[in-house]
Amino acid sequence: MDKLLHIRNGEKVNRAEIPCLPFSQFRQTLLDFAEEGGQVVQFFAYQESDAVKLLAVLRSDRLFVTGCEAPQSFDSLTAVSEKFHMFEREIGEQYGLKAEGHPWLKMVRYHKNYSGTADVFGNDYSQDIPGNYPYFTVEGETVHEVAVGPVHAGIIEPGHFRFQCCGERVFHLEIQLGYQHRGVEKLLQSVPLKRLPIIAETIAGDTTIGHGLCQAQALEALADLQVDDGARVVRTIALELERIANHIGDLGALSLDVAFNPPAAYFGRIRGEYLNLSQILGGSRFGRGLVRPGGVTHVMGEEQRRLLSDKLAELTPEVEHVNELIFGSPSVQARFDNTGTVRRQDAEKIGLVGYAGRASGLAYDARVSFPSECYAELPANRNLKTEGDVCSRATVRREEIMHSTGLINLLLARSQEAKSYTPEELNLAPQSLVVTLNEGWRGEVSHCILTDDQGKIMRYKVKDPSFHNWTGLALALRDEGISDFPLCNKSFNLSYCGFDL
Amino acid sequence: MESILSLCFAILIAPLLPAVIQKVKAFFAGKQGPPLLINYYTMIKLFRKGSVYSTSTSFVFRMGPVVGCVTSLMMLLFFPLAGIKPLFSFHGDVLILFYLMGLGRFFTILAALDTASPFEGMGAAREAFFSTLAEATVFGILILFFRITGSLSFAEFFSGRHVISLSSEHGALLLLVIVALYIVMLTENSRVPVDDPATHLELTMIHEVMILDHSGPDLALIELGAWFKLLFYSAFLSMLIEPFHLESALLNSLLFYAVVCFIYITIGMVESITARYKMNMVPKFVLTPFALVFFVTILTMELVK
Repeated sequence: MDKLLHIRNGEKVNRAEIPCLPFSQFRQTLLDFAEEGGQVVQFFAYQESDAVKLLAVLRSDRLFVTGCEAPQSFDSLTAVSEKFHMFEREIGEQYGLKAEGHPWLKMVRYHKNYSGTADVFGNDYSQDIPGNYPYFTVEGETVHEVAVGPVHAGIIEPGHFRFQCCGERVFHLEIQLGYQHRGVEKLLQSVPLKRLPIIAETIAGDTTIGHGLCQAQALEALADLQVDDGARVVRTIALELERIANHIGDLGALSLDVAFNPPAAYFGRIRGEYLNLSQILGGSRFGRGLVRPGGVTHVMGEEQRRLLSDKLAELTPEVEHVNELIFGSPSVQARFDNTGTVRRQDAEKIGLVGYAGRASGLAYDARVSFPSECYAELPANRNLKTEGDVCSRATVRREEIMHSTGLINLLLARSQEAKSYTPEELNLAPQSLVVTLNEGWRGEVSHCILTDDQGKIMRYKVKDPSFHNWTGLALALRDEGISDFPLCNKSFNLSYCGFDL
Repeated sequence: MESILSLCFAILIAPLLPAVIQKVKAFFAGKQGPPLLINYYTMIKLFRKGSVYSTSTSFVFRMGPVVGCVTSLMMLLFFPLAGIKPLFSFHGDVLILFYLMGLGRFFTILAALDTASPFEGMGAAREAFFSTLAEATVFGILILFFRITGSLSFAEFFSGRHVISLSSEHGALLLLVIVALYIVMLTENSRVPVDDPATHLELTMIHEVMILDHSGPDLALIELGAWFKLLFYSAFLSMLIEPFHLESALLNSLLFYAVVCFIYITIGMVESITARYKMNMVPKFVLTPFALVFFVTILTMELVK
């Protein structure tokens, strides 16, 4: 049997076909794959009857899957390749499997493990987060420590940031999240199937369509549902509208963070306009309740089509104008340029995804590599500025706004109409695996479902792009002024709850 | 009598003018902005509140706002607003006044350090650094004015035998001084592009972060102090800009406050069209006016005849 099984995005695979290697061979296969430039999409543990197993989904230009029986403790892969570092910590936290030799084995979200074995980190979970964890510290007479959060001076989510500084210069930033851990994966495995979409949409409130779509595609594959072309068009438009609205909001916020007010005010308003377009399309400004397994709940009629294209035609020049204002100001450029740089080789090592990865020169876009819905027939985007700094991340977003607008216009020109949606009883195929990937606005969103003999969900694994990218933010701050942290943070704008699950 | 009226008017109008900046910024952002009287409402609100003190702070923390506010107010007592004779004046008062302002800052910094918060310590370090740099310019200007007028008193700068005015023989030099003083004003009053008074991001703040732990009447005193200080600097600037000296004190005052208002409007415009500097660029910006003033002072030495 081959060591890696080639799979496709959103395709049902019989679990019997997945290789089950001895651990040493599994480890070597993964390391070889990473060595050749491959990245990790999913790497997690699951329990089947009494055995705990590991499963890895990898990507190069194709998707592969492989698995093994998990030993209670194993030689860390991170010791060789950084690409596995978050995943091994997560495995340790969820199933108590210890990665020996992991350079920095610390908790991810601070909760008891699922298997009831001894805690890998020696935490007592009756204590407040982060328990008995000693933060990384730098010692010296001129070194000072700044702790920010988990409660912040703004309406944002909770997260703790610990800076080790020398004057204004940051040596190291450590980020501790987990304050919003809700047990999403457990929940998804335990509730009736009809509730799944509602939970998926709330994994990360700003990636409603991204997560909803991943789940819908996974369930459709497992239940053998067909989605008509019209519904695919609506889903694609919804995902792109979500992308535009978020990018616009963030560009405005970036501008505000450098005390350049007018574009922030303009983009604040324009973002609202795009949210309204989402409402025209799906009945909710934040994309709730639109995507369901089997189709979409709102049919895009001639009226919606006209409203959307008229409004887009009106908004696009405005957006370009405000972008000119931001990117044309020398004082703004002075702040954006060479701030918070993540070098390409670092980005590759930690597997940055989405615009953060593209800004560092990793061209990966799930819409191009693993197209779902209508993306196979749509043109790809190219990014011109890839230096890894705040300016690159902002520019990539600017380019994506225009690209996404182009995509929506192409889709609106088509005349397929979605069939009206009728909820069906979902019967999932037993003993199967499905992996779905979509390029949410923040980057690669991936869901993975394993079913047992009865076709019940045995393991539901969710991965938000923030899972990869938070490490990128920590790296961006190295040797940077501490006063530029808010700017760097906003240029990544990662999800706390998407990470905390 | 005139002096007292003039001072009272200045104190009353000091909270109004910063609202003008907010209005201008709101105009540029296409918003309505807060009402012009917003700062009076804020004052009333803050004075009716109680103050909260951290158990780790000492009496130093409570002294900060009082000293800060009083020292800023002192500046107005000695300044000839609209050319009207100030309440107090003596030879050398400028030196004392600028150091009194330094004392106010010293106590604000102490109060910030007293909280032992890492943010406030950072803000205090920045404030101390940048204002030290700005001080060089201020004293450069004073040296220049001493050379022109032979006096070290605000009252005599603008009413003595050798008046400092754009229309006098030193008018050309004053143009550079005005630019220098404007930059000092932006620095000392924590305006863009040095600091951002509107931000909520503690890590980027300079002045605002030092007063995070103050509340109620203490915060009100700090705000008042900041408004007096801004009014002092813009009054200083407008005395330099406006060359007319009319007979009627009333007309003179009107003209004077029109120019002051204009300066506030320009602050609002500057804040709307530029982003703030990266923290490591700020020292260069703050030292630029010193270079200007130094150059101007050399010119007055008439080394080449």
